[in-house]
Amino acid sequence: MNEKLTTTEKIIRYAVLLIFALFFLLPMYVLLSTSLKSFSEVSINTMWQLPTALSFSGLREAFKKLAPNIMNSFYLVIPATILSALLGSLNGYVLSHWKFKGSDTLFALILFGMFIPYQSVLFPLVQFMQQINLYGSIPGLILVHVVYGLPITTLMFRNYYQDVPEALTEAAKVDGANIFNIYRHIFFPISIPSFVVVFIWQFTNIWNEFLFAVTLTNTQSQPITVALTNLAGSQVVEWNVQMSGAIITALPTLLVYIIFGRYFIKGMLAGSVKG
Amino acid sequence: MKRKHKESLTSLAILSPSIITLAIFVYGFISRSVQISMLDWNTFASFMKKAREYVGLDNYYELFTEARFQTDLWNTLYFTIFFIVGCLAIGILLSLILNNKPKGGYIFQNLYLFPMAISFVVTGTVWRWIFSPGRLPADPRGINLLLSHLGLEKLQWSWFTSTFSFLHFNVALVAVIIAAVWQYSGYTMAMWLAGLRGIDEQLVEAARIDGASKWQIFTKILFPIQKPITLSAIIVLAHVSLKAFALIYAMTGSGPNNVTDIPAVYMFEATFRSNRYSTGSAIAIVLLMMVGLLIIPYLINSFKED
Repeated sequence: MNEKLTTTEKIIRYAVLLIFALFFLLPMYVLLSTSLKSFSEVSINTMWQLPTALSFSGLREAFKKLAPNIMNSFYLVIPATILSALLGSLNGYVLSHWKFKGSDTLFALILFGMFIPYQSVLFPLVQFMQQINLYGSIPGLILVHVVYGLPITTLMFRNYYQDVPEALTEAAKVDGANIFNIYRHIFFPISIPSFVVVFIWQFTNIWNEFLFAVTLTNTQSQPITVALTNLAGSQVVEWNVQMSGAIITALPTLLVYIIFGRYFIKGMLAGSVKG
Repeated sequence: MKRKHKESLTSLAILSPSIITLAIFVYGFISRSVQISMLDWNTFASFMKKAREYVGLDNYYELFTEARFQTDLWNTLYFTIFFIVGCLAIGILLSLILNNKPKGGYIFQNLYLFPMAISFVVTGTVWRWIFSPGRLPADPRGINLLLSHLGLEKLQWSWFTSTFSFLHFNVALVAVIIAAVWQYSGYTMAMWLAGLRGIDEQLVEAARIDGASKWQIFTKILFPIQKPITLSAIIVLAHVSLKAFALIYAMTGSGPNNVTDIPAVYMFEATFRSNRYSTGSAIAIVLLMMVGLLIIPYLINSFKED
């Protein structure tokens, strides 16, 4: 829709775009300028000024404090993402091309899991994890994220596979291929774009997650989101360290967004029933 | 027939890990929460005894008559409304401008969307500092300091530490709402933009030739076409606001007089900080029902359309 605009209209439009750009960048400005200040320069009075000299002491300090948690987050996010995507892909494949009596109802029952507020399962979940001796451990948290990630990954793959013509599966069946062969030779190879979207979506969500992380881990296994709130909650308010910590926490998912923006948006729109 | 039967069994076998774990982790645990919410596990001692003394709906009754939970419900209501309105207004406005493909539009679009990639915890940490009010009027901080620099001292106030409220609306929530809108208005923009790109240009062109104003084109053509998209956006945003635990936890906590408290924060404190397991479970079930009230009509509706 390229309507013709008068110059005034154009100016107004750009003014609106710029004002909102400022609004969206304001926290980034605060984050960056504060994290690059030395502790002595982080006084409340100069909060809005750029640092007079670049200092990486805040970033270094935050990195030193958060390094184990960064590793925890990676140990958590990578396996959880891969497992939930693989299982979701298999589920989506079966639920779209190997339907059986009641499979649609089953799909609805699986989907329900992504709408629940996780508070409603939280306390029994903690008890259960203690019983099976996975409480406070990263494998435990991986299990939790894989299970609660299944509804969304199943949905995303099912929607993707539904566009694959039924005739393709039928033809392969006639040729004697079984359910696994058809997945391995036909569906899996064509699902790479879908895997990228799901990987990015799951990576971002699990990295950013807080509720399970704070209730199911101990000091050794805390992911970075929990460590950041602890850093911020400490008594000495070293704002440069806190803001540096926030940058470090945000960086991996921001990088993913910058590099794979298109896929990120796809996942967001596909997973839009989740939020 | 036999072959079909075997196929079904194989399908079920592939699905079984997911079915079994979800049966336990979703349906089992929800049932357990319902059960706990009807016990009197509100001290560590009664929890340790594992006594199964049912108190019916007493925990719910106590919750709804309690000042803190009532405040939480009002907070949720106002937070949800302003959060949704803010995201819709900003998102739709930006999508309309960007749909005209102005120069540099792509950059702006990416800029408005990046907060979606960030954790609520990061958002909360940054905005907490921005909205930290400091001691007014002598020692302003954060945004208040910026207002001082700009000579706008009149606009200074105590932001999320304010205990002022009218019609049960705690104005301290404004700070949290701004942070949440900052994070999610890009989402509404992306949803609307995706929808707008699919609208037939000739339709709008024809209306324009017939002399329709921009406002008329928006209200009479674009908005009705985009209604389903808007509705899904509202559902998702309402859902997010009911779950805004991480944002509140990282940014303000419950605040003085619970001005920024929400049921999710109360649930967390009751369960994991003060051993009131049954109260915590009751809050969780109330949350679940609130989400259900929101989602189930929407799901039924969208399945019908299928």
